[in-house]
Amino acid sequence: MSAQPVANAAPDLVNIEIDGVPVQVAKGSMIIQAADAVGIPIPRFCYHRKLAIAANCRMCLVEIEKMPKPAPACATPVGEGMKVFTRSDKALKSQRNVMEFLLINHPLDCPICDQGGECELQDVSLGYGRSVSRFNERKRTVADENLGPLIATEMTRCIQCTRCVRFTSEIAGTYELGGMSRGENLEIGTYIGKTIESELSGNIIDVCPVGALTNKPFQFQARAWELIARPSIGYHDALGSNLWMHTRRGEVLRNVPRDNETINECWLSDRDRYSHQGLYAADRVKSPMVKRNGQWSATTWDDALSVARESLKSVPGSDLGVLVHGATSNEEGELLVRLARGLGSAHVDHRLRQLDFADNAFAKPFASSIASFEKVKAALLVGSDLRQEVPLLNHRIRQAVKKGAKVYAVNPAHFNFNYPLAGESVAAPHVLVNELLLLAKAASEGGAHVPEALATALNGVETTDAHRDAFKALSDEAVVILGHAAATHPEASWLRAIARFIAQAAGAAFNEIPLAANAIGLSTVGVLPTAGGLDARAMLVQPRKGYVLYNVEPPHDFADGALALQAMHSAQTVVAFAAYASDALKDSADVILPIGLTPEIDASLVNVEGNTQTMPAGAKAPGDTRPGWKVLRALGGLLGLPGFEFDDLAGLRDGLTERASEVRHQLAPRASGVTFSRLATTPIYRVDAVLRRAGALNAHPLNRPAAIRINADEAGKLGLVDGGNARIGDAVLPVAIDAAVPAGAAWIEAAHSETAMLPPYGAAITLSKA
Amino acid sequence: MTRVTHYFKSLLLIELFQGMALTMRYMFKPKYTMRYPMEHIPKSNRFRGLHALRRYANGEERCIACKLCEAVCPALAITIDSAPRAEDGQRRTTRYDIDLFKCIFCGFCEESCPVDSIVETHVHEYHFEHRGENVVTKGQLLAIGDRFEQDIAAARAQDAAYR
Repeated sequence: MSAQPVANAAPDLVNIEIDGVPVQVAKGSMIIQAADAVGIPIPRFCYHRKLAIAANCRMCLVEIEKMPKPAPACATPVGEGMKVFTRSDKALKSQRNVMEFLLINHPLDCPICDQGGECELQDVSLGYGRSVSRFNERKRTVADENLGPLIATEMTRCIQCTRCVRFTSEIAGTYELGGMSRGENLEIGTYIGKTIESELSGNIIDVCPVGALTNKPFQFQARAWELIARPSIGYHDALGSNLWMHTRRGEVLRNVPRDNETINECWLSDRDRYSHQGLYAADRVKSPMVKRNGQWSATTWDDALSVARESLKSVPGSDLGVLVHGATSNEEGELLVRLARGLGSAHVDHRLRQLDFADNAFAKPFASSIASFEKVKAALLVGSDLRQEVPLLNHRIRQAVKKGAKVYAVNPAHFNFNYPLAGESVAAPHVLVNELLLLAKAASEGGAHVPEALATALNGVETTDAHRDAFKALSDEAVVILGHAAATHPEASWLRAIARFIAQAAGAAFNEIPLAANAIGLSTVGVLPTAGGLDARAMLVQPRKGYVLYNVEPPHDFADGALALQAMHSAQTVVAFAAYASDALKDSADVILPIGLTPEIDASLVNVEGNTQTMPAGAKAPGDTRPGWKVLRALGGLLGLPGFEFDDLAGLRDGLTERASEVRHQLAPRASGVTFSRLATTPIYRVDAVLRRAGALNAHPLNRPAAIRINADEAGKLGLVDGGNARIGDAVLPVAIDAAVPAGAAWIEAAHSETAMLPPYGAAITLSKA
Repeated sequence: MTRVTHYFKSLLLIELFQGMALTMRYMFKPKYTMRYPMEHIPKSNRFRGLHALRRYANGEERCIACKLCEAVCPALAITIDSAPRAEDGQRRTTRYDIDLFKCIFCGFCEESCPVDSIVETHVHEYHFEHRGENVVTKGQLLAIGDRFEQDIAAARAQDAAYR
């Protein structure tokens, strides 16, 4: 009777019994998945729900009725009527013996191991192992490898579960780790002894069940039991990854992912994981500062606020510009809007990295959910180095590619993707629009209605079969992604309009990646210029007499750093709400009000799906630093402005208002006569002021030193050599020959102190030998 | 009859002499009290007094900053900060404070120590003259360990058979 199918079972489900508990699971799933579903613990090391099954640790051996030998639960598919015993004598004995073998070569140095207290091997050994070791022979040792500034290694502790190997090949897609030799000599390493360069590398720390791979900046800092886990949200990209901040005495010591299947699954990008080091940078402002007669001095809040009040009152509202960083919380954004309105200024903006405001585009939620990116059949990346812009979104696309999705890219350089592209068109920034028009032409040939503005541009464009094929691939469950390299482009309105047209013609979802973590939230609460107001760029082109800088670090946070600094210098007064007193800020500001950074304040951010995620203040803000909303409340009250009557955070949140803004259906005038232009991207670890101060990330190879990257042909024409120097304007920068850069462009990454003052993205530049 | 015996007993001061006899007996018996501080009560090798941090014979500090003592301390008297040591990257404490006002001398720290670094010595005569001196630091603890190492080692050797 035992193997009789149960009549009411759905066709794709099978019935099994684990320890006497009846379980219904999908056909083809493994015993361990069934056991996890009903909460029956089975010890495991190599099995990870997000990674391929390896079955090489043998820790999950269980007894199965009618099977002569114990079988690994992670690699044994369920069968109808199967009876599994996880706690039978045979199963327990097998588990105990496997445990003993695993411990043969594992050093018993838990007291000096950073994993001690949160170690799966410790836990499982306590639960399933022997209490004493019978092994008196010599243990093996393995030489350590230097995996870079983020990951500490102690490879002697490795139990060869290969989770890290599978992570780098399956999730990170970089194939940087592997097993060498065999049997007892099996060692996990990088083959060639190099730094792990994946942008998701920190996750191998989490998947490692032992202390072989640990968090290097956190090394020997604290034990798991000392830490308080506080829920928080990543604020360096708009994905809004959920994470736990591990704090001790109010100080963030590390970040670990907080499971959220719809956003970051169980992963976290290195950027969100290691940025906390930036919170404790040396130039953090700890008390209010006022500049008197060119001298900065620390002062009291009362004094600083009254100076700020006088400063703001001294300029007419129409001459006041409010510039807000895009990762600022909704609450602060709301108050900044009220402040600007109260002072009579229409010039409020958070789109600091944008150059083209012809269409007044602002961030909007994605048309598709984050998880759906894993299921697309095709994707078009327009001006996107997705891997650096939103690492975990790129991971979703990569999963789709593994299932056969085709990814096409129209980019200003051959960005380094961790999956093969089905097609790639690369053109220098000044001709990027033309390149995208080829694809639009292919789209228009299908008979799609071409918007008037584009129709003239498409006249005379000759497309190719490759573009036709690409467009054809896009007509089936596809997504068009407009990335940062397009949104910050001087002709962004064109790229946006064309990409939108292609998406429309193909029936694909159009998603624009917000330029900052809370760009969508700030757009919703209306941190945008109102009628007659100037946008972020216009505010600098037509300098204002007064500026309010909120969380902004000049010149790095601006698309055009030189223009920004010039405007600040010529201004009569600059009130800066800032966490860091950089030299450039001290140069331009008159008063610095120290505000808490996102992990230190109660904040709500809106992620790419349009979901508002609220996080409580997790870390202690240093010194006299106060949450920005409290400072704004005090300043607004001092100025006697309406909208600052609330008493607490709840009162503020009740008053959050959605303010609608309108896009314009206009396109920027096309630049002509440019033959050589600058490609400027913001590198992954220099996106905001916190990241620029995060020590370990800045030492990582992905944070490349400032350089002029050009391809060999252009270098030959200009007489430049790799490693030599080139002059651009007044600046001299090293030259790097990079095949990724197209003809007619020099790729000079932004947000480095050496590059911040150079002409902006897409500007015509001339290089000469220095 | 009772009244008669009582009369003679009180007349002859018998009870007084009995009492005095007891006094005299104890006067010539050996003393129970100690003439502290010239004399000391002998201490068990398990006596739990002032803390010390020990070193190995080569001068290397034993403590590896595993923080088990900090975790086990029921009075939360121990505070440890750790970091890789600058010279060789070893796991070491940068701060090891014991608040002796909080400490209840239970000896759990010593029991939990995997390297016999934190110990409680036989020293119980110490005092503080200023506020804040009740927190003994790593340097002080190591100095105590250096000073009493012979006694500490001898006491541990005596007790080794029972551990």
